[in-house]
Amino acid sequence: MHTLPVIDLRLTAAIALGKATAALSRCLRRGGGTTMPGRVARAVEPRVLGRLARRLAAGSVIVAGTNGKTTTAHLLAHIMRTLGHRPVHNRAGANLAAGLASALIEHADLWGRERGDLGIFEVDEATVPRVVPQLAPRVAVFTNLFRDQLDRYGEIDYIAGLWRSAGASLAADLTCIANADDPLVYEAVRGLPGRLVTFGIEDERHALPALEHTAEARYCYRCGTPYAYAVTYFGHMGRYHCASCGVRRPAPDLTGRDLSLAGPDGAELTLDAGPRGAVRVRTVLPGLYNVYNVLAAAAAALQLGAGLPRVAEALATFAPAFGRAERVRLGEREVQMLLVKNPAGFNEVLRTVLATGPLSVLLIAINDRIADGRDVSWLWDVDVEMLAGRVAHVVTSGLRAEDMAVRLLYAGLPAEAIEVERAYDRALGRALGHLARGRLFVLPTYTAMLAIRGVLERWGAVRGFWET
Amino acid sequence: MTLRLRICHLYPDLLNLYGDRGNIMVLVQRARWRGIDVAVDEARLGDRIDPDAADLYFIGGGEDRQQRIAAGDLVRLKRGPLEAAAEDGAVVLAVCGGYQLVGRFYRPAEGEDLPGLGLLDLWTEHPGPGARRLIGNLVIQPEGGGPPLVGFENHGGRTRLGPAARPLGRVVSGFGNNGDDGWEGAVSGRVYGTYLHGPLLPKNPEFADRLIREALSRRHPGIELAPLPDVLEARARAAVLARVTKAESG
Ligand SMILES: [Zn+2]
Repeated sequence: MHTLPVIDLRLTAAIALGKATAALSRCLRRGGGTTMPGRVARAVEPRVLGRLARRLAAGSVIVAGTNGKTTTAHLLAHIMRTLGHRPVHNRAGANLAAGLASALIEHADLWGRERGDLGIFEVDEATVPRVVPQLAPRVAVFTNLFRDQLDRYGEIDYIAGLWRSAGASLAADLTCIANADDPLVYEAVRGLPGRLVTFGIEDERHALPALEHTAEARYCYRCGTPYAYAVTYFGHMGRYHCASCGVRRPAPDLTGRDLSLAGPDGAELTLDAGPRGAVRVRTVLPGLYNVYNVLAAAAAALQLGAGLPRVAEALATFAPAFGRAERVRLGEREVQMLLVKNPAGFNEVLRTVLATGPLSVLLIAINDRIADGRDVSWLWDVDVEMLAGRVAHVVTSGLRAEDMAVRLLYAGLPAEAIEVERAYDRALGRALGHLARGRLFVLPTYTAMLAIRGVLERWGAVRGFWET
Repeated sequence: MTLRLRICHLYPDLLNLYGDRGNIMVLVQRARWRGIDVAVDEARLGDRIDPDAADLYFIGGGEDRQQRIAAGDLVRLKRGPLEAAAEDGAVVLAVCGGYQLVGRFYRPAEGEDLPGLGLLDLWTEHPGPGARRLIGNLVIQPEGGGPPLVGFENHGGRTRLGPAARPLGRVVSGFGNNGDDGWEGAVSGRVYGTYLHGPLLPKNPEFADRLIREALSRRHPGIELAPLPDVLEARARAAVLARVTKAESG
């Protein structure tokens, strides 16, 4: 036992340095210090993530997948908070090991005691195998797999393989919560140890007429035969089966039924938990893609001991994370940002903003920084054609404003309807100039969203994101 | 007489990794904006193709798994007709994975060699699972002049040309065929292969028009195309060139 004080000193030093780094970056206004504290602390004590995570009395949950990680984690944290838990969660986008460690350091005292009791962490797809052994999560949520940031990760098969390889280090009492409607996710997680709980949608009225060309999983993962889809909702989400090897979408444990989508204003659905009952829920989160996030968060909450009525109550009072359908008032007008990051998600966002009729103006801001994906060729996989004849003006902004403008031109929008303005503040100004009242939809990639939020903050419309 | 551009898109749902279908959209729109009729035929796994039914054949890229599925079908069902079409003056454009498949063979990081179509005298080898991918903005100066071609590349395979293929251009910025000999892409007659995606044609309208003109001239020799404004396209290309120049000087 005489070695213990040495180890604790090391942990305390790591936490102290991490906290000092956080304070410093807050002073310097460097984005609130979302990853540096963790990086600094890990240099002192490489096991800081695991050591702090083990002190969370109610354990940890990880949320992984291409789309919806942040929203799902925020939804789950909100539900668990109403149950009296004190969730510790990482900042949006800070989803590598250093970001997770930063969150734990922020919520710990110098002796490593956590103020929170439940870790809810969104984890980058490729980081899953690295953080799982340290976190030893109770619940792992897998939302979906889309081609995203291929320049960073290579190929989608690679990510699915990483998840399978994480299996070896998963605890046997873990519960995996997986999207039944995504064949890539289901194939990646169904062999993992522990219990498998699935969620999915059953509502053919919201099916697409045909499989979108953005579908990633046209061919059976195991045998290469084209999947037969009885129903598709978006991308490659749907009720699939393989006629050759017999793989099929499992019957979900938690089903979303009787969906009612209110365009950009939100959705209603029935959460059907089979033998555990059913409940009608309402959310301000818009679009079918958010129905999946609601299902994922609800499935995790049920697993963590929440009852259906409490889940429904909590969902009704949930306010979105910034940039994810957040609405900001500007006098007579308001701005609603809907993050876009890959073709299937972009298509869903377009369908959502067009649901209430033609638009007078739209602002699309495309960046190609590492967090956005450096390759913008994915814009050509988006069905931008659905905007032709349904929006009078489009202002394009960001580092790749010109690429988006060309995409709009070839989608059939007249050149006069397209304005290129790289600077975010001027682009916002131009777009608002086309709008006397009502709502301006802003469709940014991740780093463009941060920049536009910065503009709104300078205009006094929102608080800094380190304060939220 | 009405002009008609006949395009055959090979494996649109299997080989479409980096917005490759954008190339088809650009060909279609640039023809239609000039009043030229367009027909796009899609040839999938198992489909037979007719060498006289299209004047421009396009093959995009895929991940290794998709490429393996496509390679067998290409060699079995499409090789003969594509050879006949190319011999008769049809245009073939192959991008990324498709570029690798129109060569003699592709040697992946793991597993057996994939046979190629042999339309271009080249071969591709993947140096192994640990080798770095060649990723980033790519700018080339085409052999035989014209404005630079800009795009993005992302490939693990390294391609080398044999004596019967000429490079498409010299690398100005980026990696190109293999990252060491300074060449990018390959041409032989009207068969073009390149690692440029982004996709290739939207920001390189002159090259798109060259393909349309060559495809139409198979049945309408001496055809000329009316110019288009290309204002946004020029701005998009200039933006990439400015970025690349800035990155190299900084
Ligand atoms: Zn199968």
